[in-house]
Amino acid sequence: MLSAMACVMPSIPASVEAPPGVVPPLLELTGLTVRYATPAGPVTVSREVSLEVAPGECLGIVGESGAGKSQTFLAALGLLAANGRVSGSARFDGTELLSLSPRALDRIRGAGIGMVFQDPMTSLTPHLTVGDQLIEVIMRHRRLGRAAARRRALELLVHVQLTDAARRMQQYSHELSGGMRQRVMIAIALSGEPRLLIADEPTTALDVTVQAQILALLAALKREHAMAMVLITHDFGAVAGVADRVAVMRAGSVVEVGTAAQVLTAPREAYTRELLAATQPLAPCAPPARRGAPTLILEGVAVDFAVGRGWLRRRGRLSALRDVSLELAAGESLGVVGESGGGKSTLARAVLSLRRPSRGRVVWMGRELTQLPPADLRALRGELQMIFQDPLGSLDPRMTVGEIVAEPLAVHRLQLPRAARRAAVAAQLERVELPPALIDRYPHELSGGECQRVGIARAMIVEPKLLVCDEPVSALDGPTQRQIVALLERLRRESGVSLILVSHNLALVQRLCDRVLVLYLGRMMELAPAGVLGGAPRHPYTRELLAAVPLADPGLQPGRLRLTRPGEPPSPLEPPSGCVYRTRCPHALERCATEVPAWEDAGAGERVACHRWRELL
Amino acid sequence: MPHGLWRAAARRLRGDRIACMALALIAAIALLASFAPLLTPWSYDSLDWQHLAQPPGTTAAHWFGTDRLGRDLFVRTLLGIRLSLLISLAASALSVGIGLTWGALAGFAGGRTDEWMMRFVDVLYSLPYLFIVIILSTLLGRGSIGVLLLAIGAIGWLTTARIVHGQTLALKERGFVEAARATGLTGPAILLRHIVPNLAGTVVVYATLTVPQMILFESFLSFLGLGVQEPHASLGNLINAGAQEMESAPWMLLTPAIFLVLLLVCLNALGDGLRDALDPRER
Repeated sequence: MLSAMACVMPSIPASVEAPPGVVPPLLELTGLTVRYATPAGPVTVSREVSLEVAPGECLGIVGESGAGKSQTFLAALGLLAANGRVSGSARFDGTELLSLSPRALDRIRGAGIGMVFQDPMTSLTPHLTVGDQLIEVIMRHRRLGRAAARRRALELLVHVQLTDAARRMQQYSHELSGGMRQRVMIAIALSGEPRLLIADEPTTALDVTVQAQILALLAALKREHAMAMVLITHDFGAVAGVADRVAVMRAGSVVEVGTAAQVLTAPREAYTRELLAATQPLAPCAPPARRGAPTLILEGVAVDFAVGRGWLRRRGRLSALRDVSLELAAGESLGVVGESGGGKSTLARAVLSLRRPSRGRVVWMGRELTQLPPADLRALRGELQMIFQDPLGSLDPRMTVGEIVAEPLAVHRLQLPRAARRAAVAAQLERVELPPALIDRYPHELSGGECQRVGIARAMIVEPKLLVCDEPVSALDGPTQRQIVALLERLRRESGVSLILVSHNLALVQRLCDRVLVLYLGRMMELAPAGVLGGAPRHPYTRELLAAVPLADPGLQPGRLRLTRPGEPPSPLEPPSGCVYRTRCPHALERCATEVPAWEDAGAGERVACHRWRELL
Repeated sequence: MPHGLWRAAARRLRGDRIACMALALIAAIALLASFAPLLTPWSYDSLDWQHLAQPPGTTAAHWFGTDRLGRDLFVRTLLGIRLSLLISLAASALSVGIGLTWGALAGFAGGRTDEWMMRFVDVLYSLPYLFIVIILSTLLGRGSIGVLLLAIGAIGWLTTARIVHGQTLALKERGFVEAARATGLTGPAILLRHIVPNLAGTVVVYATLTVPQMILFESFLSFLGLGVQEPHASLGNLINAGAQEMESAPWMLLTPAIFLVLLLVCLNALGDGLRDALDPRER
């Protein structure tokens, strides 16, 4: 019954115009200014913000990180940090919030306004079961007895489409996936039957498929309960399917407000256009497939992790990667996509033998990395370099930029004199478009984008032949992402380096890569040229991934959200028999549970692991 | 080497008034202790038969008074501070040196090696150290400063090793260590270039907090008669001697005791200040 939720939703036309302004607004911010007292003087994070939310309306707030989106609404709810000061007015249903006593404010938060935050892990108490936390909130807000509160809690969890809700009540937050935790958070926010729900980046920490599910849930809540909503996000795609009106914020000020259709399709401000451009699907640059002899060959590579370490405990085996075979030609670039836990990062590390495969062979230029003595492998690392997901974390905090970038030279170009080394570092900084003055700075003094450029300079200084990028832009802001992508593209063109790009961002992969490999639970699902994969994917899983990517199109996105299918990857400790995707696949047959699908050649350089790919075309 | 993080830490330390005052007081006491013999005509074992057990202020010649044998308490207290400080500094250096090496090696090696090295630490921890010190000093001769150092250092490094071990395990998982492996650095190079420098902050703070512990431990052993022996003076045996005359001549106890408390409070305050300065997040 729960899994059918997406289908039974009433099909109201997607782009309903915002209600006209005759009803008094539910939430009304007027000239709201937020300042923080810091040792370096006062910092204004939000200035003169005036916004309103009508009953039953969803207002999307979009902006880069640091635009003051969250701070504005935290201030309105009296949730600022101790050194924050707020001025202006914030009225909820006619009541001025800013002058309210903490106790009265407490009553409004929860009963009048519910909140959902970005990181559901830190918002849930680790030592209470999910059910107890929810029951506690319900008893507090609704003055119900324990038994009644328990019934209500179960209702709410069912309502937010938490699978297996009765059992989840007994579980602790760490036992749930990120998507489930976010559903629990939404249930807690709904427990006081609020008239306004403020969701602050509710899907940022989630996989693209789960993101679509949560957005679909929010859209359904708004539709079915006429609940007003504020959806704070950095992603236009996320607001497109849910919001009636959209406000764009920059550096603490509202730049533009309008209906979703107007802001997303006919933006008035240059800044909005700039942000929107960043969400447009990147045109694949698609260089001619110049496939020479393969330089990198993977044969049946598998990586297992031992879990449950210890002398007395049972040892389990987690198969993070299984039977991965592929070839990469010189200068070719391969994208690896899939949900988290799919084995993408493990594959990246197995290729570089940073994590030695449990089975199978990795052959680089005719040499089998898996058999190489450690010293020879280290010597080869000059040809095989890597860029990491966490730009700041991958740089040693006690080293200057110059020392960091020069480090590979100390290993691979020992004969280089000191002066030449410094010149080489300066040249690399210029190559990645970093000002030369940064050479004596420390990583914590740089921005995220600058840190990632330092990481790229460190990898490129030894002129590698293969560059493995593990989620190189996922920790960065939209515009910075684009700059880093452009840089990687240029470096690839100039140096002819082969690229393996691990990312959950399909658009990014299509832009930078010739071919794309789709992984699910550590198994290969599909391998296809980037253009083909984007247009006509053969595997049902690839289709699900593509369908989940939020589009910044208010005409299309609501309809796409309603087609979102439920389901999350099963535990890799107990993968399903046969085809691992069958538990989520809409086309699964009996055969899929018994037979592992073959890695079939689908012609034109495509390969797919699905029993039914021919029929499903 | 000018280093951004150290510079920032020094700036934060200068802003910490309590830590600055503590540092100034420690410096003053250390200076006084270093030059004490130049300030008075007395030495630690010269006897003044004219003034036996004089309280402070009764004779101009003995600023802090004298003990029962007519020895000048000013010079004995300051020399006691000097000896206590020297022993505790040396013992701290010894324990930090061994603990850092042991803990970092165990944590970085991981696996079976790590398991055995840290279990060894656990075993040493569980031995009653006071008995060991007593046995050591009876076997090797009471009052030998070398034995004292060895005894204190041998106990002190265990805690350092545990702290460093934990930090190393955390650092090993950080992105820049993986980046160093991907660059092609050898294990020892990663340990020396990336792990140890990042342990420095923790170790400096811990060492600062170890010094007062060592002073206390030295005083404790000397108080028990296992440490520094007469006629040499340390804070511990001065307090021991003073305690026996507590009722008739309280100044013999109070003078060294006040200095001991002052030193301990200042060193702990400095350690706290350093911890805040080096890692403002842990405040």
